[in-house]
Amino acid sequence: MGIKEKILTKSLYVFHLSSGSCNNCDIEIIDCLTPRYDIERFGIVLVGSIKHADVLLCTGSVNRLTVPRIKVLYEQMPKPGFVVAFGSCGASRGLFKDSYNTGKPLDEIIPVDMYIPGCPPRPEAIMAGLLKLIDKLNSKGK
Amino acid sequence: MSHNAHVPIGPYHPLQEEPEFYKLVVDGEKVVDVDVRIGYNHRGIEKLSESKSYDQSIFLVERICGICSSSHPIACCQALEDIGGVEVPERALYIRSICQELERLHSHMLWLGLAGHFIGYNTVFMWAWKYREPICDIMETVTGNRQNYAMHKVGGVRRDIEREHVSYILKRLDEFIKNISILKGAVLDDPVLHERLKGIGILTKEDAIDYAAIGPVARASGVDIDVRRDHPYGVYDRIKWNVVTQEEGDVFAKTVVRILELFESVGIIRQCLDKMPEGPIDSNPKDIPPGEGIGQIEAPRGECFHYIKSDGTNSPVRHKVRAPTYMNFPTFRETVIGETISDATIILAAIDPCYCCTERMLIVDGSDKNIMGAEELIRLSQEKTRLIKDKYGER
Amino acid sequence: MTMDEFLKNMSGKFGVNILNVKKVSNKRAYIDIYPKDIKGFVRYIFKDLSFRFDTASGVDDFNALEILYHFSHDPSGITISLRAILHDKQDPHIDTITDITRSAWWIERELHELFGIEFNGNSDMRPLLLPDDWPKGVYPLRKDFQPPKRDSRKE
Repeated sequence: MGIKEKILTKSLYVFHLSSGSCNNCDIEIIDCLTPRYDIERFGIVLVGSIKHADVLLCTGSVNRLTVPRIKVLYEQMPKPGFVVAFGSCGASRGLFKDSYNTGKPLDEIIPVDMYIPGCPPRPEAIMAGLLKLIDKLNSKGK
Repeated sequence: MSHNAHVPIGPYHPLQEEPEFYKLVVDGEKVVDVDVRIGYNHRGIEKLSESKSYDQSIFLVERICGICSSSHPIACCQALEDIGGVEVPERALYIRSICQELERLHSHMLWLGLAGHFIGYNTVFMWAWKYREPICDIMETVTGNRQNYAMHKVGGVRRDIEREHVSYILKRLDEFIKNISILKGAVLDDPVLHERLKGIGILTKEDAIDYAAIGPVARASGVDIDVRRDHPYGVYDRIKWNVVTQEEGDVFAKTVVRILELFESVGIIRQCLDKMPEGPIDSNPKDIPPGEGIGQIEAPRGECFHYIKSDGTNSPVRHKVRAPTYMNFPTFRETVIGETISDATIILAAIDPCYCCTERMLIVDGSDKNIMGAEELIRLSQEKTRLIKDKYGER
Repeated sequence: MTMDEFLKNMSGKFGVNILNVKKVSNKRAYIDIYPKDIKGFVRYIFKDLSFRFDTASGVDDFNALEILYHFSHDPSGITISLRAILHDKQDPHIDTITDITRSAWWIERELHELFGIEFNGNSDMRPLLLPDDWPKGVYPLRKDFQPPKRDSRKE
C-alpha cells in the first residue's frame, strides 16, 4: 500500500454531488454528520470543494444537464479518488430510468468504485458503506 | 462610474445540496441583479407519470421531493379522489393529517438547522438536527420508513397506527416539545441572530401577493393564508389550531413563523391521536372514471397543487404538479436585490464545513478535566447570551 | 362570496365571452373562455376579486392544446380553473399575463419549453428546465413526443 492510500484510510474527505436526486439521499448524508450518527468519529468529513475531496458521493439519477458537469468534477478530483454511487437512482437510475431527461447511468459516465443501495439508504448504511471502503483500502496493502 | 461584476455560483457549490446556478450581478458590495438557472434536477416526472398506473404514480410523486414525501402523495390522492368522488374513511383522514404534521415538524427542524448552518452558526444546526431525530423515529414507527413513507393510497392509507404506538408517539412528542422550547429560546432571544437576520431580505406584502407567494414565506410577510384553514381537507376543520403570521417579511420573521408552527403542529398531532375514531382505513376504490380533479395541500413549504386529467384508463392523461417552491423561488429576486453580497449569502445560503461538539466537550480547567453534560452546556450558553445582551443591549 | 355568487358575477360581467361553465362542487368550477380574452379575465379575477394565482397547466388532448389557469380565493375557499383552448397546434399562441401578475413568470417559460406555446408580449423565453442543447421544436409533454434515442446500458 502506498503512503497515499494509507493516509486516506485515516480521514476520508467526502464531496457530495447531487445529480438530480429527490433530496432524500442528501438529507440522510447530512444526517450522518449530526450528533446521533456523527460520522466524523471515523475521520470522515464533508467538504465544500471537489479539490479537497477523496470520495465523490454521487446521488440521483443523472440528468442530461448534469452529465458534462459530472465529468468535469471527476477530472478535478485529486487522485487517488473514489466514486460512490449512492441510492437506487445513483446505482441504476431507479424509478427515473424511462424519463426523457435522464441520461446515461452514472457508472457509464465515470468509473464507480462502490454502490450504496437503498431509497434512501439509512445513515447506518452510509457509515457501513464508507467503512467498507476504508477496509478495502486497508486490505489492498496486505 | 459603476463597474458591474458578475459572480457565478454553482451549479455545484458548497451552499446547498441541490444544484442550481446563480448569477449575481454586483456593483461593489451591492447586489443589483440576480438570475437563477434551474433544471439540474429536472427528471420529467409529469411525463413519466403518464406512463405509470395510478397506484405507481403515487410512489413516483413521493420521490419528487424527499422532504415532502407525504404531501405530494396526499395531494395526488386528493386529486384522484376528486375525480372519482371517492369517500375516505374517517380514521384514514386522521392518519393522513398525523403524517402531514410529522412531516412539517421534520421539515421545519431541517430548515432551521440548515439556516443556522448557512450563517455559520453550527450549534443551531447540530441542535436542530439532533432534535429532529425523534421525529424520524416516530415516522419509522408509524409508516415503517424514515423517508419515502409509502403510506398513502387512493381511498385511504396503507398502514394503521397501532394502539401501543400512540403512547410511544406521545412520549417522544413530550421530549420533543421540551427540547424545542429550549431551542426556541436560544434562537429567538439570541442577539447575534437578531443582528444577522433582522431587516434582511425583506419581502413586502404587495410583492408577496403579486408573486402569489405561499406558505411560511407569505405568512411571514403578513399574508394570512393557509390551505389547511382556507381549503379544508383531512380533519383540519375539526381541530383547534392557529395560523401563525408575522408582519415584517424579513429572514427573522420567516424563522419565527416556522418555529411557532412547530408548536401548532405538535398540538394538532396530539388532538388527532386523541380524537381518532376506530374503523377501517381504506375504502378500496375500484376505477378512476374519466374527468379532471385538483388536489391542494399545505405542505411544509406552502401549497402543493396537483391537477390530474383522466380518460378512464389506468394511467393519467395529464398530471400537473406544482410544488410550493416554484411559486416562492421567484420572490428571491425581490428580496436579494439591494442587499450587500455578504447578506445575499445568508439568503442564498453560505456554509463552512462543520464541526460539532454537542455532548462530548471537554473543558480543561487547570489539571482537572471536567466533563460537562447537556444541561450544564445549556446553562453556560444561556449565561453567555445574557452577558452579550447586557453588554450590547436588546435589539 | 359563494360559488353561485361568483359565477353570477362572472356571467354578468363577461356574458357571451364565457363559452361554458362546469360547476363541480360548491368549491370548484371550470370556466371555458376564448384565448383572446384571457387578459381581461385574469385582470378581473386576480386584481379585482383578489384571487391567488395557483398555476397554469397545459394539456395536449391530441386535437388541440389547452391551458388551464388555476386560481384560488382563500377567504372563501373557492378554486376555479379558466380553460383556454388553442386549436392551432402548429403555431399556438396566447397573450401573456405576466404584466398582470409576476407569479406567471416561470410557468409561462415552462409552458413555452414543454408545450411550445408562444406568449405574446413575454420576452423572457429562456430555457428553464431542459438542457441547453435540447433540440428546437421538440416538446416533451406533447403526446406525439418521441423520447430521444438513448445511448446507454442494454435495456
